[in-house]
Amino acid sequence: MTESLQQIINGISLGSIYALIALGYTMIYGVLRFINFAHGDVFMIGAFVGFYLTPFIHRMFGGSVILVGVVVVLCAMAICSLLGIIIEKVAYRPLRSRPKLTILITAIGVSLFLEYGGQLIFGPDPKLFPTLIPSLTVFESQGVILNVNSLIVMATAFILMLILRFIVFKTKMGTAMRAVSYSHQAASLMGINIDTVVTTVFAIGSSLAAAAAILYASVYPSINPLMGIFPGLKAFIAAVLGGIGNLYGAALGGLIIGLIETFVTGYISSTYRDAIVFSILIFILLLKPSGIMGRFEAEKV
Amino acid sequence: MMSPNPHRPKLYLLAALTLCGGISYFQSYLNPYYYQIIIYIGINIILASSLNIINGLAGQFSLGHAGFMAIGAYASSVISTSLNLPPGSLWEPFLFLGALIFGGIMASLCGLLVGVPCLRLRGDYLAITTLGFGEIIRVIIQNLDFLGAARGFSGITKVSNFFWVYGLVSILIFLIYGLLNSTYGKGFLAVRDDEVAAEAIGINTTYYKVVAFVTGAFFAGIAGGLYAHFVTYINPSQFGFIKSFEIVVMVVVGGMGSIVGVIISAVLLTILPEALRAMAQYRMVIYSLLLIVIMLSRPQGLFGGHINWRRFRRNTGSRV
Repeated sequence: MTESLQQIINGISLGSIYALIALGYTMIYGVLRFINFAHGDVFMIGAFVGFYLTPFIHRMFGGSVILVGVVVVLCAMAICSLLGIIIEKVAYRPLRSRPKLTILITAIGVSLFLEYGGQLIFGPDPKLFPTLIPSLTVFESQGVILNVNSLIVMATAFILMLILRFIVFKTKMGTAMRAVSYSHQAASLMGINIDTVVTTVFAIGSSLAAAAAILYASVYPSINPLMGIFPGLKAFIAAVLGGIGNLYGAALGGLIIGLIETFVTGYISSTYRDAIVFSILIFILLLKPSGIMGRFEAEKV
Repeated sequence: MMSPNPHRPKLYLLAALTLCGGISYFQSYLNPYYYQIIIYIGINIILASSLNIINGLAGQFSLGHAGFMAIGAYASSVISTSLNLPPGSLWEPFLFLGALIFGGIMASLCGLLVGVPCLRLRGDYLAITTLGFGEIIRVIIQNLDFLGAARGFSGITKVSNFFWVYGLVSILIFLIYGLLNSTYGKGFLAVRDDEVAAEAIGINTTYYKVVAFVTGAFFAGIAGGLYAHFVTYINPSQFGFIKSFEIVVMVVVGGMGSIVGVIISAVLLTILPEALRAMAQYRMVIYSLLLIVIMLSRPQGLFGGHINWRRFRRNTGSRV
């Protein structure tokens, strides 16, 4: 019982990180109908931005732990949203009217480029992410430990999701995004600039990935240029599980995948963790390809 | 398109096999390093051409080819080591052929397993699902003790030689051309070019996709068997998704659906990293840039589509 409760806390903390990455996948899929394979690698770049900036910011802002953490997260978000915009402009925009397979292969290319370019620049060996959040225990009862780390991860993820919800449902740009996700053609006839919307979506999605990366790296402090692959794939699976294109679905899917992963690690074996998460993807696609909250779309000729 | 003489392809095949047999008599005179590269080129041709059946001809996008290769490698090695292949005996070639085919069949059974759920998926989903399958296969092998788990599987007899590798290359190329001109080939192309339209004219698209997967996986398994019996030691990390990506790059650079193009690019992309050994750390960066640049500027691949050499055109007559 105690152990399960502990696993639930860990699972929700990990799951909220996956949820943040999954939101990026789902938003980009919503407007462009394609899976941004490079999203996991934008996540990795976010972690490295944090790694290189933290000592610098630490010197600038000194002692205040909260301030340093917030500034690091904001800087990583800004730099990654820029990266997302550049990727979209250079690699995806010229191909938007081409067959889906072309964009898919380009996205794989971008992903490999970031991974191996990262290996050249940052070096292939793992690095130790600086401690942003001191590991203190907030609450302990009968062996169940809730520490500051998981609390901050959950809180940050929750706040970012609320902000995202506000942007998507309450602002003009959000309305435009939802319109574009229904139909490019109708949206552009209504005077919506598709390119601006797509750029904004890439910026938001990538900045969420960067925030997730800082949170992830402060829980699992070993970072390396290939670290984005598995969190990226799992977040993608979370997005599919929740119903790709649906924001609530992505958040829900992220939590479910996080919980499943920690429970498999705790009770079965960590070696089968990735295989089991992939099998979930296959089962979802077999049983309910539209996901838990997604809407079904018939393919039109 | 019919060849003027229906037996001509068979004659070509026979000639190619004889040639391979002839050349393999002289393989011991070759510099071992060059010999190794030549063998790798052959294995990569088989891998790339078999992926080309799935990705190029049937238009499905698989990212798990290394998984099929792993199954072939392990299955054939298990058979050949448990039968204890006596080197140089009269039975050796037959046992080896049997082991290779067993590896191919195991791989194609897995291809069936992958193919059946994947029929409902297209494009991006399929790519990620096959990537996932490849990883699942790797994780499972890593946890199976009788396959050596993460330590790898050693003590495999070195049987693959020039004759085996290039003989199988010739057979594969022969079969692909035969396939292209058959009902199956036309079915693949129809599924690739327009799935909805193909379905509307009564083509069982699901069936053709599965056939493509199974055939592609079979030859990937054979390539795995040849590889295992050349390097004599295999371990699961050799068959990770980086290997799958390498095969995909060969197919995309050569031109998806172009048989000759894919063979040329398999040859070039095997030699290139060897020639540029000093720049080994740039290899994957160059590969990834190659993918992006080719998709942006020449999505039909370097050698696909418009080659003004009429013979090539006729043979790759798939691009209607």
